[in-house]
Amino acid sequence: MNAYFPPGLLPVLAGNFSVLVIATGIIRGLRNHLSNMGYTELVQRVRSWWIIFGIFTFAIVTDKVLFLLLMTLISYLAFKEFVSMVPVRRADRKLLLLLYLSIPIQYTWIWFQWYGMFLVFIPVVLFLLLQVGMILGRETRGYLRAGATLYWGMMISVFSLSHLGYLMVLPQEQGTHAYGACLVIYIVLLTQINDVAQYLWGKTLGHTKIIPEISPNKTWAGFLGGIFTTSAISMVISPALTPFGTITALIAGLLIGITGFFGDLSISAIKRELCMKNTGDLIPGHGGILDRVDSLTFTAPLFFHCFYLYTFISG
Amino acid sequence: MVFVKPLVQVILGLQVSNREKLPPAGPAIIVANHNSHLDTLVLMSLFPALQLAHIRTVANANYFLSNPWLAWFATRIIGAIPIQKGSGLGSHNALNDVVNALRDQNIVILYPEGTRGEPEKLEPFKRGVAVLTTVISGVPVYPVYMHGLGKALPKGEKLLVPFICNVLIGDPIDRICTNGSKLMRELQEEMEQLASKGNFPEWS
Repeated sequence: MNAYFPPGLLPVLAGNFSVLVIATGIIRGLRNHLSNMGYTELVQRVRSWWIIFGIFTFAIVTDKVLFLLLMTLISYLAFKEFVSMVPVRRADRKLLLLLYLSIPIQYTWIWFQWYGMFLVFIPVVLFLLLQVGMILGRETRGYLRAGATLYWGMMISVFSLSHLGYLMVLPQEQGTHAYGACLVIYIVLLTQINDVAQYLWGKTLGHTKIIPEISPNKTWAGFLGGIFTTSAISMVISPALTPFGTITALIAGLLIGITGFFGDLSISAIKRELCMKNTGDLIPGHGGILDRVDSLTFTAPLFFHCFYLYTFISG
Repeated sequence: MVFVKPLVQVILGLQVSNREKLPPAGPAIIVANHNSHLDTLVLMSLFPALQLAHIRTVANANYFLSNPWLAWFATRIIGAIPIQKGSGLGSHNALNDVVNALRDQNIVILYPEGTRGEPEKLEPFKRGVAVLTTVISGVPVYPVYMHGLGKALPKGEKLLVPFICNVLIGDPIDRICTNGSKLMRELQEEMEQLASKGNFPEWS
């Protein structure tokens, strides 16, 4: 167990809990106004939110190691989903095992708080190892495409997401109350709020499509409404979870809103190229795991490094 | 076999479409494409734990009875019916065992490609299923197409690499069928149709 339970955590988790209760209630109430299929999907989606909220909260308040194990599992499932949906060469089978193996290794550096290794392991060490593996595979057909695809998959599903792990183990700075668990809750919660807010604003007010070539469902109203909602909620919850003042909280909210949008679209672009609707069906009502963490693959590393810089400057 | 289910879910991960089309009880024949030793494990994991004892498959005796451990695993754990290679289902004894399994209300898994071929490629079907359905007419035949296991553990490889497995279940052919070659043609077509529905990524 954590020696301390950060004081700001409880009201935020309680708030999140109440939002889910209200969402469940609203959907029950809308039962007669929705088509059968639309209703089932919404019920599934909210049920999955409950499960995600439960697992995530449990892991975060119990122990850092448990959270790192959960993140290892999430990265593994995301990478597996990725290699199952993109074209892969038979010659790269053994190499894939090496890539799978590097997932627990990356989280081990985090557990040891070896910051330098955490930063270079995938972008440098694995980048070179990948090429050695491909050379030893003795297959030049589709070489560049295969290498780029696998590297890209490791970057989004392992390197990007592992920043949540490092955020969790960040040492507490003197004089601030930046507990790792609070920062993780802050970034994950706001990223997911941004996704939901973009969806709700787009559904209710959206008509002008923002980038139909990539995603036919994204509208200007959704994009702007999402950024607005995320920034507002950021200013409300940041005193409880972060050392930020009002202006910093606003900037963090804007950053999450804008970059989350691009993370979402990045996965959408791949799905478009591969002609698929979802990346998988692991999370009922949401799609695959990559569909759920798409925005986080952008917001987690960006928030992490901005926060690191912020504490360095202010600290 | 009960342990297999969570292992299949975490290491591989299944994406099943039309799970409700699976037979709720035997007798029934499941006809699937064959790419990997994992095929049978995945097909069995689709069924509820209580039903597992009633799911049988046929196995190449030359291969599976060659080593006592493998023989024990195949016949005791998987519940496979050994068949001599070359004799095919046409041979009297082999056919008898399968017919008896069906008469005992079992669900029997058959791989009409005969063997695990090139990974992720559908080979022409052999006629065993047709022979079987003419012997016991009226047993429904369920086509099931699987993708991904040929990547995870193809023929000739020892290392398992995690890949998600897609399972597509087709409509059963359950009318009494006397024309064996027509049945085989229909099955092959249904299988190719299921394969094309999947929009599976390239594997070369």
